[in-house]
This record gives sequence, structure tokens and C-alpha cells, in this order.
Amino acid sequence: MNVHDRSALAPSPTSDAVGFNLNGRDVVLHDAPETRLSEALRAGLGATGTKIGCDAGDCGACTVLVDGAQACACLVPVGQMAGCEILTVEGLGDHALGAALQKAFHAHGAAQCGICTPGMLMAGYDLLRRNPQPSERETLDALGGVLCRCTGYLKIVEAVRDAHRFLGSERSAVDADGPAIGTRLARLDGLPKVGGTDVYGADTAPDDALWLRAIRSPHPRARFTLGDLDAFVAARPELVRVFTAKDVPGENSFGIYPHLKDQPVFSTGETRYRGECVLAVVGEKEAVEAVRVDEFPITWEPLPAMIGSAAALAETAFSLHDFVPDNVLTRGRVERGDVEAGFADAAHVASGAFETGFVEHAYIEPEAGYAKRVSETIQIFACTQAPYMDRDEVARVIGLPLESVRIIPSACGGGFGGKLDVSLQPMLAVAAWVLDRPVRCVFSRIESMISSTKRHPSSIEARAACDTEGKLVAYAMEGDFDTGAYSSWGPTVAGRVPVHATGPYKVPNVRNLSRAIYTNGPPSGAFRGFGVPQAALAQESLFDDLAAAAGIDRLEFRLINAIRAGDTTPCGQTLEASAGLAECLEALKPHWQRLLADAAAFNASESRTRRGVGIGCMWYGIGNTGMSNPSTMRVTLSQDGRLTFWNGAVDIGQGSTTVLTQIAADALGLAVEHFDLVLGDTALTFDAGKTSASRQTFVSGRASEAAAAALRTEILRLTNAGPSARLSLDGATVSVEENGVVARIDLAALPSKPDGTVLEGIGSFDPPTVPLDEMGQGVPYATYGFAAQIASLDVDLDLGTIKLNRIVAAHDVGRAINPMLVEGQIHGGIAQGIGLALMEEYLPGRTENLHDYLIPTAGDVPPIDIILIEDPEPLGPSGAKGIGEPALVPTAPAILGAIRHATGVTPRQVPVLPHRLWELLREKEGRS
Amino acid sequence: MARYLRPQTLDQALALRAEAAAGSQMLLAGGTDVYPVRTHKLAWFEPDDRDILDLGAVSELGGITRGPDGTRIGATATWSAVIDATLPPAFDALKQASRQVGGVQIQNRGTIGGNLCNASPAADGVPPLLALDAEVELASLRGRRRLPLSAFVLGNRRTALAPDEILVAIHVPNQPQGARSTFLKLGARAYLVISIASVAVNIATDAAGAITSVRIAVGACSAAPQRLPALEARLVGMAATPALADAVTADDLAGLAPIDDVRASAVYRRDAALVLVRRALAGLLSSPLEVAA
Repeated sequence: MNVHDRSALAPSPTSDAVGFNLNGRDVVLHDAPETRLSEALRAGLGATGTKIGCDAGDCGACTVLVDGAQACACLVPVGQMAGCEILTVEGLGDHALGAALQKAFHAHGAAQCGICTPGMLMAGYDLLRRNPQPSERETLDALGGVLCRCTGYLKIVEAVRDAHRFLGSERSAVDADGPAIGTRLARLDGLPKVGGTDVYGADTAPDDALWLRAIRSPHPRARFTLGDLDAFVAARPELVRVFTAKDVPGENSFGIYPHLKDQPVFSTGETRYRGECVLAVVGEKEAVEAVRVDEFPITWEPLPAMIGSAAALAETAFSLHDFVPDNVLTRGRVERGDVEAGFADAAHVASGAFETGFVEHAYIEPEAGYAKRVSETIQIFACTQAPYMDRDEVARVIGLPLESVRIIPSACGGGFGGKLDVSLQPMLAVAAWVLDRPVRCVFSRIESMISSTKRHPSSIEARAACDTEGKLVAYAMEGDFDTGAYSSWGPTVAGRVPVHATGPYKVPNVRNLSRAIYTNGPPSGAFRGFGVPQAALAQESLFDDLAAAAGIDRLEFRLINAIRAGDTTPCGQTLEASAGLAECLEALKPHWQRLLADAAAFNASESRTRRGVGIGCMWYGIGNTGMSNPSTMRVTLSQDGRLTFWNGAVDIGQGSTTVLTQIAADALGLAVEHFDLVLGDTALTFDAGKTSASRQTFVSGRASEAAAAALRTEILRLTNAGPSARLSLDGATVSVEENGVVARIDLAALPSKPDGTVLEGIGSFDPPTVPLDEMGQGVPYATYGFAAQIASLDVDLDLGTIKLNRIVAAHDVGRAINPMLVEGQIHGGIAQGIGLALMEEYLPGRTENLHDYLIPTAGDVPPIDIILIEDPEPLGPSGAKGIGEPALVPTAPAILGAIRHATGVTPRQVPVLPHRLWELLREKEGRS
Repeated sequence: MARYLRPQTLDQALALRAEAAAGSQMLLAGGTDVYPVRTHKLAWFEPDDRDILDLGAVSELGGITRGPDGTRIGATATWSAVIDATLPPAFDALKQASRQVGGVQIQNRGTIGGNLCNASPAADGVPPLLALDAEVELASLRGRRRLPLSAFVLGNRRTALAPDEILVAIHVPNQPQGARSTFLKLGARAYLVISIASVAVNIATDAAGAITSVRIAVGACSAAPQRLPALEARLVGMAATPALADAVTADDLAGLAPIDDVRASAVYRRDAALVLVRRALAGLLSSPLEVAA
């Protein structure tokens, strides 16, 4: 054969068809052969159940089976698929074991946000086909290539190992007659997640949508000049337009705080961080992907940058923003008692300086969505944690009244604080508004990482003191938090830290000071804990020092000082109820003793591996700090008997959709399955506030309870029934039974609103707080979550590596509305705490992808024992408080304490990478 | 516009390779290194418009076979193919490395040849193959040649592959009687981790318990993974006991040239490599020796 005869070589990039079998069906693709299978499945075949998280084989979200073997579809060219059999999540249910695995995921709560779920299912099924009852090790090995940021993996591993028990069985329903609160109800939004049919930001857009890509600054600080953009566009027929600052119809800025709209939609002449958005190109997909930086009419002039808080505070520093000459965005202060006198009289004083770096949220779903102009209004469909704040930002940027902006949240593939700020919403709105055409955008992993907010790096100097009995007498800290180029949630962090920085303890004399510092780093914003995890690292470490100095067991030291109901906080707030730290510690005691004994026995040998056990405690104020953060909910009955829960809270995977419905169901007196759900659409639901600050169960839970109770009251009034009456709903008839007497309401006969509603209940709740004065005195939060966690780990003294053996977590959640979902939050928070402690460090320009930026894998999360303490909060729905952030805070301190217990060295910088611990160990050996 | 070329035979592939201008063509086998690079470049508006030469359909490049002269690993044999192949204990290190490259998804698609051609300093396939004394077979229209692996992987992303050449196979010579091997990888998490340092050791002993052959290779501690020939020479003839590990000193690793990066410091890497070499030796020598009958 003549090798130059290309007919056999599939040489044409466009004309050749590739045929393969997808989920039992023969399909033919005409995509270019180098097209990634993931892209071809989603765009060409509409099989959007396969998710794209990184396009680099680092996350496994796109895992499918190719000829029965798991593969990352993002790394497979369509040209290699001719004749292959491909199985995706859409076809999984056709196989008995696949369907069983999906049921197991649902029943075990193995899907939270659901974005990694299709990949996890396929990786799990790859194993189960060959090995239906795998061991834990085999399961971990099979799932090791798929990252999950929500679950901590434990329930996923359980579900895979348990799948065989779901063969042929239907999901066991929770007792429909009993109360919903307290049951392990499977997620109400769970079936679409395990079926791969949930619709995330990248999964849909109008057919005629154009694509938008942002060009971003490659420098931490640079001036730029633009050339002839019109000529650039004119030379590329498939490009439609380039948008810059001058194209913004309204204000070219956004920001969380009304007085700090300091971040431009499109930069104006000088960029302040690597990743800042300069302009956007809009056009057909191939055209925007073909734009080359070396052809684009932009020239950069890099400028000296301020990297890190110290640089921005130096005398020679320039002002990043004119309105803040000294680069100090915000100061926070809590001061009580006489701190110097406290230290002067103390028996033991400990002090130290602590450092943490940028941490990336690493939600597996990169930002995505579309905007569509509808006459004189604009609609945005995108992933978000805060639809109402997005609405307000977009209205301002376009120059529209609030009611002309509609935000429709997509399913949200993880947030953790990173999707509280707008990302692509303003630029999509600008483009769609100006062009009057739908415009969509999907961030790549790299774009997501370089552009989005981070956890604040911190530099904390702290001192702590106790008396001879170990009672705390004074605590003082000063913390600088690198808030990056723009304010985002910097003021929130600076405000929350001093309130929490003494930890959940009675301390009479306190001076906690914080500053948020502008730098040329990425904007630091909200990340699970708002600065409290950083502050807790310093404080818990120093309390270990004090316990050692006073000769008191570390757990006992914390128990002696634990804040309890009736005690007063450093803000001067007297805790009325629901302060369960002491109960958490009491519950941990037997575990603590057992693990300490285990470590002592292990360390009795002369091994170069040493075992250590540590403990960390935390408290966390639920909701906004000293300011209003209301939620409003609505429950209706319509003429045709439809019971609808209008719930504006966004479920980003944590489970609010399920939990709030459980609360509403019990307050109304009808079972959960009667409810239709309308979720988080600014045109349809009331403002429930943002999904942050661990507030939805507590704040929106109370609002849900009130809304459902109001509807119940209306029903009881119509039937003249008493509060203990039992309701039932059958078709359009509500029956009310009391003492054997049944009254009926024919809903069809009632006068209705235009939307068919005949009865409704609306409920609101705004947690009572008192703003802090200049000394930080007031009532910052209506309630607090409390927790204590123990970590047991082994340190390899020669390599500085750490292997976690076990975490035991005791959490006071007030009341566990859904214990399975609470456990899921604790597992996931602990996994992120492990990442913070041991491996996560975002370095601009260096760790901007998921193979250089490490988050825990399935093999990095040890067994976790959970003890739920339910010290009811009188203000909470059925006594419940929040759990999202509390889960993360104590983990890193417990790990650091365990490292110290094992080795005698105290890490004061996280992450404790192997080489950092090794250096500390060598220093110690050098000293001894 | 970039072309996607998928030859069916090696001859076709070599012809397409020969006619391509240097640097205008990207070789693709499993795709596990090609696509991440494209992702990175696209994110910064540098779309890759090179032609792709897909070697996946060329059957001569695949397979793992054993013959009288040794073992041939086809360049497009996947990590999973290595894991599943029936091979003597001398290949255990390669199998262990194969199980630690990415996740199972990567192991199922990524190829041994691709790993060598990609030439990452941290490539996990290289140390075990160095410890097997492997050679690579390269082909072009000009003919075929063989190189020791150490003469093929030259540095960070640098190989001896000529622009018109294709890596055809890896040839592993017959190993000494009773040879056994192990691979140790150091990373900051359990799965999906790029090596901070890695070590492969291949060792054989005689009936009297003396070392007859030992090969030690270290990865991620120099621009290209490298053997430690002076140490190897010193160990031959010594008694094969776990205590032998203590005979290894920092001086034995002086030829390494580790760097500081986001994963670890150079000084740490140097020490960790020493620890891993000692542990690999101790591990191999503490398990019961397979004495030739």
C-alpha cells in the first residue's frame, strides 16, 4: 500500500464519521477526531450526565467506561473510539448492578452536590462488574481517580461496597406517618444527581447562545493597552464582539459590600491580580477558542506587585486603591476586661506566630451559565450560592431595576463560599444585554482557579495565659489577613475572626485585633469558616502549650475552660442556651483515653514511626455577624390540591432542600412526599438569604417552620379545629381530623389567586443580634455551633509524612434534622480540614490546576466516628443550629496537636507538607 | 487547520512522521499527557494547532511479549496491561509503579512509551525500567536503532527521539536468576500524586546469600531519573541482609541534582531519596530469598 494514500488514515479533521456504541445504541459522530470524548458526549450527543471538572485527568468527574474499563473522557480523542462500547451514567441504570449502585448512592447520602457523582458511579461500577463485593482497599483503589470535595468519600465507599444489597430492591421509604424531623431521609433532589440528569451551569443553554471567553491578566499587576479591537473582530467572521469596560451599560464594578464595589467587571488600564478579567470575546464556540494571545491587540506592561500582607504594609508600599491609602481594608476588634493585667497575673503564658496560605475552594464544578435578554429584562442561569445578591449586582451593572433581573440558579456543583461572589454573571449579562442574544460561558478549571476568591492567608501572633489550675485568664491576638486585590468578603473575615479567636472558652480578659490587607494576590473571600479556621489553629495550639505548662491533660484543660450556657463571651454576650462543648468533650473522653493508650503502646517500640493524638475545639456563630440576615419562605395549597414549598434557599449540596422540607412538613402536619418544590428562583421565591455562614438550617429553617405553621393555622381556622388536629391531603381535599371528627376543605371550591393558590402561609425569621460597638461588644450571633474533634495519626520521622488513623468528631448541632446529611457535612468538613492542615496551598502561577494543587483523595480521609450532641437551641427549628462550617474548623488544630504529640515539634505553618515537617524534625534533632 | 492522523501500520506512521516539519506534529498514544498540555495552553489563549499523529491503531506498537532474549513491552502498552501481564518478580517494581500512575482511568489509557517520551523528571515508569536495564527501540524511515533507556531520557522533557522517529518498544533483557524488585513512591497524598521522589531497586543474590546484581534508580531528584552505579558496584558481593541498607550513605546519592518546587525542597528530596533507597533495599532483603533449586 502506498503510505501516501491517506484514504485509510482518517486524515481529514472534519469529514470523517466515527461510529461507536453509546449505552447500547449505535451512534455516529462527525466531530473532529481530536475532539475529547467528554466534549463529544455532551455537545454532540447531548449526554450531559458526564461532567467536566478539569479537562486534564486530574479530577475524574468525566469518568466513563470505554470497552468496560474506566477512562477520563476528557483525555480520549473521539478518533480512537471507532467501534468501541461506551457506557455513561445515562446507561448505567440499564444494568442491574449499575441501577443497584445508583440506589445505594441515594440511600447512603453518597451524593451531595452531585457533580462528581456520575464519575464516582462509573468508577465504582467498573469495580463492581468484576468484583461485586469489594474490600475497602479495592474500593479505594478503584475510586482513587475521582475527586469529591463535598462528602469526604466515606459514604461513597460505603455505597459502593453496599451496592449488591440493592440488587432488585426498591428504596426503603421512610415511615410516612411519623415525623420527618430526625429521620435519615434520602435527599429530595437526589435522584437526578445519581441519574446524571441534574442540570448544572454548563449543562444547558439556548440553542442560539453565543460563547464568551474572558481574557485575564497573566501578571499580578500590570498596565495594558488595547489596539484595534474592531479590526481583530472584523478579520474573524465567527467572532461577534469584544467587550471592554466602556461597553458596560451601568456601573463597571461589583463587590459584596454596598460601599465597597471595588472590583471591575472589565479592568480599566491596570490590573491588580493574576487572573483579573480584562475583556471578553464573544462569538461562535470555535471562534472564541481559536483566539490567540499572540494575535490579540493587547500589550502588557508588568508592574512591581505587592505579594503578601507584609509587602502591602511596608513603608514603601503603594496604595492599591486610592480610597485606602494604607492598604488596610478593615480592622476588627474585640476587647474585654484588662488583658495586660490578665497576663501580668498569670501562672503560665504561651505565645506564637502562625502562618496560613491561600486555599482554593476546588468545587468540582467550574463556574458556568448563560444570560438571556427578554425584552427589557435579563435572565441569568448559573451556579451560585446567593441568587439575590447576584440579582442586585447584575441590576447595577446593567442599570436596571432589581425586578428586571431574574436569577435562576442551576444545580450547584459545590460552593464552600466560592460561589457567593458573582463570577461570570456580570459579563454574561453585559454581553447578552448589548447583543440581545443569549450568551453562555463555561470556565475552565484554570480560569476558575485563577479568577475566583480564596481563603485568606493569615499571619497571626497570639498570646494566651492561664492560672495554676489551668483556668484561662487572658488571650490576645493580632491577625493580618491577606484580602488580595479586591474586598469581596474581607470585611466579614476581619469581623468574624476577633469574635471567635479565643475559641469556645471562658476568657475574662481579651484583646483580639484583625486587619484585612489589600495586596496583589487573588481576592480572598468567603471560604467555609470566614477566617475562623485560621484563628483556631493559633489558639488551639497555644492552649496545648498551656495545658502542658500547667500539667493538665489537653482534653481536661478544654473542659475546665469550656464556655457553657450562662457564661459570657468576649463580646459581652451571655449564652442563654445550647452551648454543648462540655457535652462534646465528655462524649469524647473514652475515645481520647483509648487513643492515647493506643499511641503509648504503639510508641513503646523503637520504630521511626511515631503515633500521636490531638484534640481541637471550636465554636461558630450561625448567620451574619451582628447584622440582619432574614429569610422568608412560602408554602401554598392550590385549587387542584398541589402543595408547594416556595424555597429560595440554594442547595449547594449541603442538603437544605431536604432539611427545610422536613421542617415544613412537620410544621404543617403533612408528609414530605406531598410537597412540590420551587427552588431559589428570584422571580418565584422570596429572598432566603445566601447559602453561607451555616445559616440555612437555622434561619431558613425557622422561616420554613413559620410558613408551614401559618398555612396550618389557616387550615385549622377554616375547619375550626384545635392545634392537635391531624391533616391529610387527598386530591383537592384537605381532611382535618380531631378526636375522631373529620372536617374537609374542598380546595377547588375556594377563591384562588391568578396562579391557582387558594391557601398560603408565609414565614420569616431574622436571628436577633445586636451590632458590635467599637470594642466589639454586642450580640454578634443568635446562636453558636460547638464541636470537638480528636485526630490520631502516625508520623514517619524520616520522611515527615503523615498517615491519619482516625478522626472522632463530636458536634453540638442543637437538633439533627436529618442525621445522614449532618454526617455528610461533618465528613466533608473534616476532609477539607485535612486538606488545610496537610496539603492545600494555592500559589498564583504555580498551583493553578488540580494536579499541582492537591486536595484530599479517597485514600486521604481516615475512618471518622461521629457523635451528635443535641443541646437544643430555643430559637432554632426544633432546636436545630448549623453544621456546614463547624465541621471544618476543629480538624486542622486536632491534626497539628497530634503531630506535636507524636513528635514533640509544633508546626506553626500550614499546610504541613512532608518537607516542612521534616525540616522541623531535623531542627529538633539538631537541638537534642 | 490541524490534521488528525491515525495510521494503521508502523510504516504509515513513519512516513507521516518523515514528512512532518520538526515540531509541527504531536504524537498521541493514550492521550493522558497530550490533553492536559492542550488544556493549559488553551486557558492562556494558546490553542495547540499542531497535527496529531495518533499511534493507537498501530498494532506493531502494542503488546507485551516474552522471548528468549528477554521481554518486549510495546510502546503503546498501557499501565494496566503491565499490571495484568504475567511477568517475573524482577518486574514487580514496574507493576507497583504502574498502579501508582494517576488513577485507574489513567492506568487504563496511558502508555509506557508515552511516559518515556514525555520525559517528566517525575515519570514513574522510568526508574523501574532503568533498574531493569531496559533499552528502547526507535524507528524511522532511515532504519531502527536501540538505545539504553538512560541515553534516551536526557532531561526535563528532553529525549533522544529524532523528529522523524517513533518509539517502538522497550526491551528488557533477561534478568539474573531470582532477581526481585520494588518501587517506592513518595507523595503528599494517597492517589493522583506526582512523585516528590521515587526509587526502584532490582536485586539478585546467589545461593550463599551474596548480592550478585543490584540496580538502583531514583526519580524526581534530577532532570532525568538516574541510576546510582557507584553504589551498585559497591554493594555487589556484599551479604544480602536488611542491615545492608545502613551501608548506603548520603555520599552515594551525591550525583543527584534535586530542585525546589511546590512539592518539596531540594534538600528534603535528597534526604528522602536516601531514606527510600535504604527502605527499598531493606524491604527486598528482609523478605525470604528465593533460592535457586
